[in-house]
Amino acid sequence: MDPMVADLSRLQFALTALYHFLFVPLTLGLSFMLVIMESVYVMTNRPVWRTATRFWGKIFGINFVLGVATGLTMEFQFGTNWSYFSHYVGDIFGAPLAIEGLMAFFLEATMVGIMFFGWDRLSKLGHLFVTFLVALGTNLSALWILIANGWMQNPVGATFNPDTMRMEVSDFGAVLFNPIAQAKFVHTVSAGYVIAAVLVLGVSAYWLLKGRFVPIARRSMTVAAAFGLAASLSVVVLGDESGYALTDNQKMKLAAIEAAWHTEESPAGLTIFGMPDTVARTTRYEVQVPWLLGLIATRSLDGTVAGMSELVLKAQERIISGVRAYDAVERLKVDPQDRAARAQFEAHKRDLGYALLLKRQIADPRAATPQQVTAAAWDTVPDVPLMFWSFRIMAAIGFAMIALFATAFVLCSLRLHLQSRWFLRLAVAAIPLPWFAAELGWIVAELGRQPWAIEGVLPTFLASSSLSRGALWTTLAGFTLLYGALAVIEVRLILAAIRHGPSDAEHDQPTPGSLPATPMTA
Amino acid sequence: MFDYEMLRIIWWGLLGVLLIGFALTDGFDLGVAALLPFVARSDVERRQVINSIGPTWEGNQVWFILGGGAIFAAWPFVYAVSFSGFYLAMFLVLSALILRPVGFKYRSKRPDPQWRTRWDWALFVGGFVPALVFGVAVGNVLQGAPFRIDSDLRSFYEGGFFGLFTPFTLLCGLLSVAMLVLHGSAWLAIKVAHGPVHDRARRFGTIAALLSILLFAAGFLFIAYGDLGYRSVGPVDPIGPSNPLRTSSVAAAGAWLDNYRAYPWMMAAPLLGFAGAALALVGIRQGREALAFTGSSCAAVGIIASVGCSMFPYILPSSIDAHSSLTVWNASSTHKTLGIMLVCTLVFLPIVLAYTAWAYKVMFGRVTTDDVRTNPDFY
Repeated sequence: MDPMVADLSRLQFALTALYHFLFVPLTLGLSFMLVIMESVYVMTNRPVWRTATRFWGKIFGINFVLGVATGLTMEFQFGTNWSYFSHYVGDIFGAPLAIEGLMAFFLEATMVGIMFFGWDRLSKLGHLFVTFLVALGTNLSALWILIANGWMQNPVGATFNPDTMRMEVSDFGAVLFNPIAQAKFVHTVSAGYVIAAVLVLGVSAYWLLKGRFVPIARRSMTVAAAFGLAASLSVVVLGDESGYALTDNQKMKLAAIEAAWHTEESPAGLTIFGMPDTVARTTRYEVQVPWLLGLIATRSLDGTVAGMSELVLKAQERIISGVRAYDAVERLKVDPQDRAARAQFEAHKRDLGYALLLKRQIADPRAATPQQVTAAAWDTVPDVPLMFWSFRIMAAIGFAMIALFATAFVLCSLRLHLQSRWFLRLAVAAIPLPWFAAELGWIVAELGRQPWAIEGVLPTFLASSSLSRGALWTTLAGFTLLYGALAVIEVRLILAAIRHGPSDAEHDQPTPGSLPATPMTA
Repeated sequence: MFDYEMLRIIWWGLLGVLLIGFALTDGFDLGVAALLPFVARSDVERRQVINSIGPTWEGNQVWFILGGGAIFAAWPFVYAVSFSGFYLAMFLVLSALILRPVGFKYRSKRPDPQWRTRWDWALFVGGFVPALVFGVAVGNVLQGAPFRIDSDLRSFYEGGFFGLFTPFTLLCGLLSVAMLVLHGSAWLAIKVAHGPVHDRARRFGTIAALLSILLFAAGFLFIAYGDLGYRSVGPVDPIGPSNPLRTSSVAAAGAWLDNYRAYPWMMAAPLLGFAGAALALVGIRQGREALAFTGSSCAAVGIIASVGCSMFPYILPSSIDAHSSLTVWNASSTHKTLGIMLVCTLVFLPIVLAYTAWAYKVMFGRVTTDDVRTNPDFY
């Protein structure tokens, strides 16, 4: 195993996933905003709402295709780049991906065509229902993907089978109702709603500043203000909910986010600011709010929040126990009927993944020295400064979004939004912020999961395919070029659509005869 | 409900259903995209072709995505070994397919002829390259791939990208292109109003039908007289754990015809392939478009089913290691997962088919040049 191949595969996965998630959240949120606007059109029968729906539908469409295109890569990347992962957990992990296609993506993709082409072929109510099905499919799609991702963070309902050398499902219900997956779903789709609301708010503000398309802009802004306020409250409040779930399953992630090097006396304080020092394993210039972390994380005054040093000690114990499981598996490979080995495996199987951490240093974990065990235990600590800062910037943007939408909501309610130019400028400037927060959210979630591909089960460096560096560099360069070009084209088209604005007379088809009626040349 | 052996056979069948579903629906989208620069010359004609699949291709593509997900869920070994082994080929397919959604949507956003011509070629690549590579991949599966599995069941692929292309696999690639272009022209004949595009589609359809028959026959000659085929050695346990190391195989020329001798009813698959292509040819020549489309659909079903019937129980044989070949009996998910996924499929697939049929009904009718000129919703 070439460790560089695993690192390059991680880089490729991170780039393609973060890129994919530039488009997905807008799809999640804008689809529901289309439902809202079209509902108003169906109820009031006023053409201005139809025009608004069709305009935002156009932006939705330009964005949607890139979400779909880059989603293709995601569906197959587990197989291409993470083939050992795919073998090791496919029995569990494949199911939500397949169900996503069957139950959600089929609905979304079939209906999106009818949504765009069916304006004249369906009744008003019929078309609204199709738009709703697009939104439903999109959001169900997110649910299944996050069930899959939640299982990587908290692999419930599965055990290792030495006969097939992989994890196998024992309780599918536990996989579905994984609390981490539930919390992630709500947090992630809410973030998508915030992103869509910010885009609609910002673009409407831009038009109002320019004094163009005012009837559409005014109405769009009102919808965005209400939708965005609800969404931004949900994303922050239910973000806390996913922090709460962390304490049961991913204590290490929480400790890294808080740069909590040692367990504090309960209730622990919440660190607002500080400089985590990974060499001295301490946080300097710490500013803490007493009690707050203990309250948020354990919902009590006496629950403790584990620190990294204590969690490392625990990991060390699990590595030692895991080596016993590893030994048993090796013996079972030789003789599947070996009863003593089977019993030893049963006693230690939940720690098997921890023994695999040693493979970074030594081929056979059974021969590891105590120093190697300690080093492997410290490998369970993710990148603390990165976690610490990513989380804080994300959370700050979250609170800023609440403030932005609360202001928008008040101004719209008082009908002051047309003259508050300072606010309109602010709304335009705020457009990129929630995207930034969403990407940071994934960095916290996925880099916080390191060194694991599947928490406690399979280390990332063992999960990749046996590929050559050359192959990896080829696809990394290829994806970067392709994705880069598409990003430039997409942004230009969206900006052009915004400048062109809503109008039902489409001016973007060439007049007949302006194109040569000859075959094109290559 | 079903025992493990039965579920494995069912999921082998469902693998075929998914591949066939993909070929029958998105297959004509690929064929149409590959034909785009040749059957349509002016911008209006091109838009006529694009809008003949514009409203429905997106749903069709989900067969491909679902195929990926279902192989992952039901045949995790196959998912892991094939996609990592055929790494660069897979990258090629993905890049080409990525151009498709973007091409359909973005082409019409600017009137500039150069912009549109560029997207037309992108769409051509998005149709032709996947059609070719899928065929080449199937050829490699029939031939056996150079991979081995170690005691941790980690797979190592020992071939390169250019090793994927041999005379036999190229033949399979061309058959795949011919079959999908035939299907695409049959679709255009149904969906596009009579006129120059319609005429050209019929012409290409005729050629594609003849080529499909010839190449399919040539493929069978390779299978009969070429150095292809694997047989298992020693006992086979159809309910055993999914562990290829506990099974063994040996290369045996001509073994891909064993099943037809043991189960003569399987001959129905290749016969359907030939009959379908012939039927499509007749339909296209006589201007009976529904017949042509039925024929091209039967051809796709027959040709894909033939691959499955020839190889059963093999799914992905290894050409270099006796204990690495993946079969129906050693590469599946657990009994439990196969059962759960079967229930999900039985519940949701009929719903999917129902609303897909509804979507086609809503968009029923031929696309005319007038539609293209006047309807603001068209690409």
